[in-house]
Amino acid sequence: MAISLKLPYLATAALSGLLFGAGLYVSQMINPLKVLRFLDFGSIPSGGWDPSLAFVMGGALVVMFIAVRIGKRRNAPLFDKSFHEPAFTKIDRPLVIGAALFGVGWGMSGICPGPAIALIAFLPNNLWIYLVAMFIGSYLGSVVMPSESRGNVAPAPAE
Amino acid sequence: MDAFTPIPALIGGGLIGLASALLWLGNGRIAGISGIFGQLLPPAQTAVWRITFLVALVIGGLVTAYLVPGLGIGGPAGKPAALVSAPAWTAIPTPVWLAVAGLLTGLGTKIGNGCTSGHGVCGLARLSVRSLVAVAVFFGVAIVTVAVTRIV
Repeated sequence: MAISLKLPYLATAALSGLLFGAGLYVSQMINPLKVLRFLDFGSIPSGGWDPSLAFVMGGALVVMFIAVRIGKRRNAPLFDKSFHEPAFTKIDRPLVIGAALFGVGWGMSGICPGPAIALIAFLPNNLWIYLVAMFIGSYLGSVVMPSESRGNVAPAPAE
Repeated sequence: MDAFTPIPALIGGGLIGLASALLWLGNGRIAGISGIFGQLLPPAQTAVWRITFLVALVIGGLVTAYLVPGLGIGGPAGKPAALVSAPAWTAIPTPVWLAVAGLLTGLGTKIGNGCTSGHGVCGLARLSVRSLVAVAVFFGVAIVTVAVTRIV
């Protein structure tokens, strides 16, 4: 059986998803206005700016940074043969253009993919329109930019 | 100051970090939502864990909302705030506005290989320069977008 179908592997994915969803709710990042009030730098002079998002990123980064350090001392994760670390390191045009397009979408809506999916729990109006559009966009992206051209090359065999 | 909530932000961020740490140290996978979502098709061997993760993500929010109701997430009766409406000056219907936002988010995160979680949390924690560039670009562009649309 494929590693990714074994119970501990799927249980880890499930627990991670649960914690992720809980974190998005507790941090209120599933509230589009909360995110937009962070992105609204124009409100800094008037004192109306909400810096919460930076604290969310900071809290997440500290924990993940420690996990990456722990991972570096191990050859493999607990339930797979190797870490699926992106090997591609080039700063190329697709990276910058993609990030810019995403930035426009994020600024227009105040939601990014995590909160968009977590919001299925609460089904605000128009959510499905956003999600279907996101899925189509993602599919279009894989058509105009096939995986290999985005640096997703298969890892070289061990020598 | 408009409802700055540093403590829930830090706790929630810590939970997101813990989720990412678990997926990394357990399965060696990056907890990047756009990647997990965007690789559901074509049906790969990995679709099962991806769907498992995404369903759990929805349940996680639902359960926490039940356990900790009314965390001040903007909407009435503990419900999260509604999605945004299109700015009135654009004269664009809200569903169209949100469809464009979703399309750009899907397309951009696919060709840019990541979003706020994959590049923002996991990539920066791995000290990836690619992720640092992506984060700087999408935060910068989003800030400009909000300034231009005057959506809040």
